[in-house]
Amino acid sequence: MPLKTEPVMINFGPQHPSTHGVFRMRVTFDGEVIVDLEPVFGYLHRGIEKLAEAKTYTQVIPYTDRLDYLASMSNNFAYVLAVEKLAGIEVPERAQYLRVIMAELMRIASHLIATGAFFNDLGAFFTPFMYMFREREKILDLFEMVCGQRLTYNYMRIGGVSHDIPEEFLPALRRFIDEMPGFIEEYDWLLAENEIVLARTKGVGVLPAHKAINASASGPVLRASGVKWDIRKADPYSVYDHFEFEIPVGMMGDTYDRYWVRIQEMRQSTRIVKQAMEQLPSGEVRTKVPALLRPPKGEVYAHIESPRGELGFYLVSDNSPRPYRFKVRAPSLINLTVLRDLCVGWKLADAIAILGSIDIVLAEVDR
Amino acid sequence: MEIKMPYSSSDLDRAEGLEIEALIKASQEPYPDPIAWMEEVRRNILVTTVDSVLNWCRHYSVWPLNLGLACCAFEMIATAVSRFDISRFGMELLRASPRQADLMIVAGTLTWKMAPALKRVYDQMPEPKWVLAMGACAISGGPFYDSYSVVPGVNRIIPVDVYVPGCPPRPEALLHGIIMLHQKIDKDSLLKKR
Amino acid sequence: MTKPLSPQEVARQIREHIPDAVTDFDESAVFARSEALFQVARFLKQNLDLDYLASITAVDFFEHFELIYHLTSITKNHSVILKTRCEKGEKVPSVISLWQGADFQERDIFDLMGIAFVGHPNLKRIFLWDGFKGHPLRKDWSKNAAQD
Repeated sequence: MPLKTEPVMINFGPQHPSTHGVFRMRVTFDGEVIVDLEPVFGYLHRGIEKLAEAKTYTQVIPYTDRLDYLASMSNNFAYVLAVEKLAGIEVPERAQYLRVIMAELMRIASHLIATGAFFNDLGAFFTPFMYMFREREKILDLFEMVCGQRLTYNYMRIGGVSHDIPEEFLPALRRFIDEMPGFIEEYDWLLAENEIVLARTKGVGVLPAHKAINASASGPVLRASGVKWDIRKADPYSVYDHFEFEIPVGMMGDTYDRYWVRIQEMRQSTRIVKQAMEQLPSGEVRTKVPALLRPPKGEVYAHIESPRGELGFYLVSDNSPRPYRFKVRAPSLINLTVLRDLCVGWKLADAIAILGSIDIVLAEVDR
Repeated sequence: MEIKMPYSSSDLDRAEGLEIEALIKASQEPYPDPIAWMEEVRRNILVTTVDSVLNWCRHYSVWPLNLGLACCAFEMIATAVSRFDISRFGMELLRASPRQADLMIVAGTLTWKMAPALKRVYDQMPEPKWVLAMGACAISGGPFYDSYSVVPGVNRIIPVDVYVPGCPPRPEALLHGIIMLHQKIDKDSLLKKR
Repeated sequence: MTKPLSPQEVARQIREHIPDAVTDFDESAVFARSEALFQVARFLKQNLDLDYLASITAVDFFEHFELIYHLTSITKNHSVILKTRCEKGEKVPSVISLWQGADFQERDIFDLMGIAFVGHPNLKRIFLWDGFKGHPLRKDWSKNAAQD
């Protein structure tokens, strides 16, 4: 006698401890296996694109901080690069090196949270998270020394950075960079060969390379699938072509590879910061730019490699002090395109692990 | 195998949209802050032993609900981990389920789309419960107050006990707000009218 | 460096294959007619190896909308910008069958700007709730008018 079964739809509501923010999924199950998954977002849609049309170009910089709040320096960086490209403003070299140092420190901090939260979701409730926050607090202390804020920095300005670094910054940075590889070894030793981690992440949620390119994935999600595409090497911006570093590329494209790529990227970022510290020139940190900057009529698209992927800003200007159109190409939103295809056929716990490995920040998805 | 659901996702979307529109119409005025009872208790100096025992218990084991919406959530988490240790106040258990929590820390911007979910979570918390609005966005909408989809302050939806300003407030500021909440809990009394 | 291909050269190649699809080109982008957008995009993907859709943007210029497609080639490291104009109320063909990454971006444009895409399997609002009046990112939308 055949059994009658019925599909069940469960709502993974906006308030949930492991959805990385207010993200909602409507998951349809056949027994324990997922047959359909619909991501629903918009619970943090604040209308930043519309608000930016009413503010001047400099007033938009704090709004970009709050887009991807775990990588505020990268957001600022991409935006000021776009405005400088549009208005044809030269940036002094010391400012460019400082921007690269801040962006790479930000990458380390962001990957620390991404990995910590990923292990939180897997069930290692808080121990790796606490360890990684310990290092992140050191990075936040460095940032506080420079610009006074711990989370939303507003440090970069059109034409440079806002303040020069104080004297105690470079010795503190050197101490941090010297001990950081030791900490990354500690995380690797704890987590990489752990039996539970391997059983839950190896082979789970495999994203083949052609699918990743077709779905416009970027960042660690794309590189874990075997595609060697990093904007810092493919289309270098600022002074990234003065440094020597490698692009870690995964082999299979499963959840474990995405975690592994992030750990390797942290190592490469420490290399870049070390080289930037040695090459740091002296000079000014900011070109004089009028308070009500009026770029010439035109449009520009500038993109950088943020910790989550390709972050791009598209600006249209009509020679007024306010942008005519301000659009954010958010990597987290576009990386989510693959979520449904990756999760179908797996169980619920695997869906959580896959979502954690894609590493989304809802404020960027929803803008 | 063809899976047929009895309701489609556009039905669910439509139902959600109606709920949000109804909530917008009902939330045009902010809730008054629950401080009126403090005047009465101050006049009424009779705080019984039962009250002081209950207040002592509640003061030292407030369990927060983690409702991190946006950037302030990360300062809340930074307060909970080892450097700014919220565990010294007995509050390190950030519960995920509202049925087990006493204090709702609203950290981040509240949008109209999220508001019914927030109200539902607040209603699920058992009494006595307190609400702490953390950050400029929760207090008044913050830098987004004139946006088309942001609630101008969480007190339009639920009554708020403590406001902690900042964008985002430092963990020390959040701890200061929590200590003020503890002082408010100490003045609580069974005699007050709820 | 990612090399931006010369729009004149790209327009010439498109005109050889699809006669009257390209209307114009300027120093950075190729303009196509909105009805022929899908054919032009397919030609660019297959013949010029533009396998990565970086972003789709919509801009409101009062009398018409402009849609901007940034296409990149990961294998050859070059890029092309494709633009198209459409009137208010006109529907544009969707490119989702060529690049799956267009899924959420087209829903985003439909939600906030109101441009409908033909051929998208799931075109509904993505950020705002069902029942929200209007499309906020349009230049003639105002908050007070929508609340009446």
